[in-house]
Amino acid sequence: MRITQGCFSFLPDLTDQQITAQVEYCLGKGWAIGVEYTDDPHPRNTFWEMWGMPMFDLRDAKGVMIELEECRKAFPQHYIRLNAFDNSRGTETITMSFIVNRPETEPEISMTRTEVDGRAIRYTHSIAR
Amino acid sequence: MTEEAAAAPTTIDLRAEYESSGAREVLEELDRELIGLKPVKDRIRETAALLLVEKARQKLGLAHGTPTLHMSFTGNPGTGKTTVALKMAGLLHRLGYVRKGHLVSVTRDDLVGQYIGHTAPKTKDVLKRAMGGVLFIDEAYYLYRPDNERDYGQEAIEILLQVMENNRDDLVVILAGYADRMENFFNSNPGFRSRIAHHIEFPDYTDEELHRIAGHMLEEQNYRLTKEAEAALTDYISLRRAQPHFANARSIRNALDRARLRQANRLFSASTGPLDAAALSTLTAEDIRASRVFQGGLESERRRTEVQA
Repeated sequence: MRITQGCFSFLPDLTDQQITAQVEYCLGKGWAIGVEYTDDPHPRNTFWEMWGMPMFDLRDAKGVMIELEECRKAFPQHYIRLNAFDNSRGTETITMSFIVNRPETEPEISMTRTEVDGRAIRYTHSIAR
Repeated sequence: MTEEAAAAPTTIDLRAEYESSGAREVLEELDRELIGLKPVKDRIRETAALLLVEKARQKLGLAHGTPTLHMSFTGNPGTGKTTVALKMAGLLHRLGYVRKGHLVSVTRDDLVGQYIGHTAPKTKDVLKRAMGGVLFIDEAYYLYRPDNERDYGQEAIEILLQVMENNRDDLVVILAGYADRMENFFNSNPGFRSRIAHHIEFPDYTDEELHRIAGHMLEEQNYRLTKEAEAALTDYISLRRAQPHFANARSIRNALDRARLRQANRLFSASTGPLDAAALSTLTAEDIRASRVFQGGLESERRRTEVQA
């Protein structure tokens, strides 16, 4: 199942050239970029592993692309996303986030309905590989 | 014939390229703002011409890939290496050889870590910041410490060399330092020598040039010298040159800063009435003559030379 989240989730996967252009846009806004990866794309899993610190003071997208390349080399079968942090509110707020790498065969997300308290229903999602 | 080949231009007007790229403005700025340094300016002009021609050749499909642009600037302290590096970054940007054209100026401390595993992230971080611009490594020979074989500098050098080779179209590295020590550095790191195409030497300024530089600096700060002060400055320059730790334009800048200090002090303690703009912006001979240079330099230095004599 193709898992989507963040920006551009309705688009096909971005090419490296398109990723570079997006990163250029972020840097132009003065945002810092962080690379994160995970093997657990569950929608409740918001905290992915950080691939190093977010990159501040960059001027050119190449710096991000180098890190992304390294991360892809280390975790080719993981999900990788780029987060852009905006500090204009006084904290580093994520303003943009998009997936840049996904495994060849993606896990399924399945939904379980559980009846509780009479006829009420609880929904849980689980990842099935 | 493919469509692409048909679409490629068959002639290139170098003059028009030169004008439209904005390289001319940078070169003129260089001429105007930097006094002396004739060999440096000539080399930069040559480099600019080469890059323009290379660009034209690429447009006609005669050349592929980026030429090696890494440089080394050698010269004594205060001869304008950093200033020229800044202009070089602007020039390379205008000619389209670096994307952003900013200058990241670092020394050994910014590249080399303090413990195992600290160096690589530090160096990579600097390199990432320099992507799309120019990385200026001042006193680059400190990276290599032959007396300590476990020195982390070697690790930084290896990463640098790798990036200089693989990311040639992403950044330009400029190594700077004193001529003789740079020579040693290149001899012990042949990898650097072969990756650096342009060696530019910065000559010392003549006394006359230093005097003009001083005039330039004062003009920028809205100060002027009296006739006697001009003479005092001329004497100062020739005396200062003979003393240790002479750093060309930097020494002059420091001397002028101290002269301003003395002028302020003089005005403050001596003036009784209101001061006009002329009084506030005039440096007199006594402001300059009060310098320790006229008594033979710093006391500690003087004692040392006496002991030696």
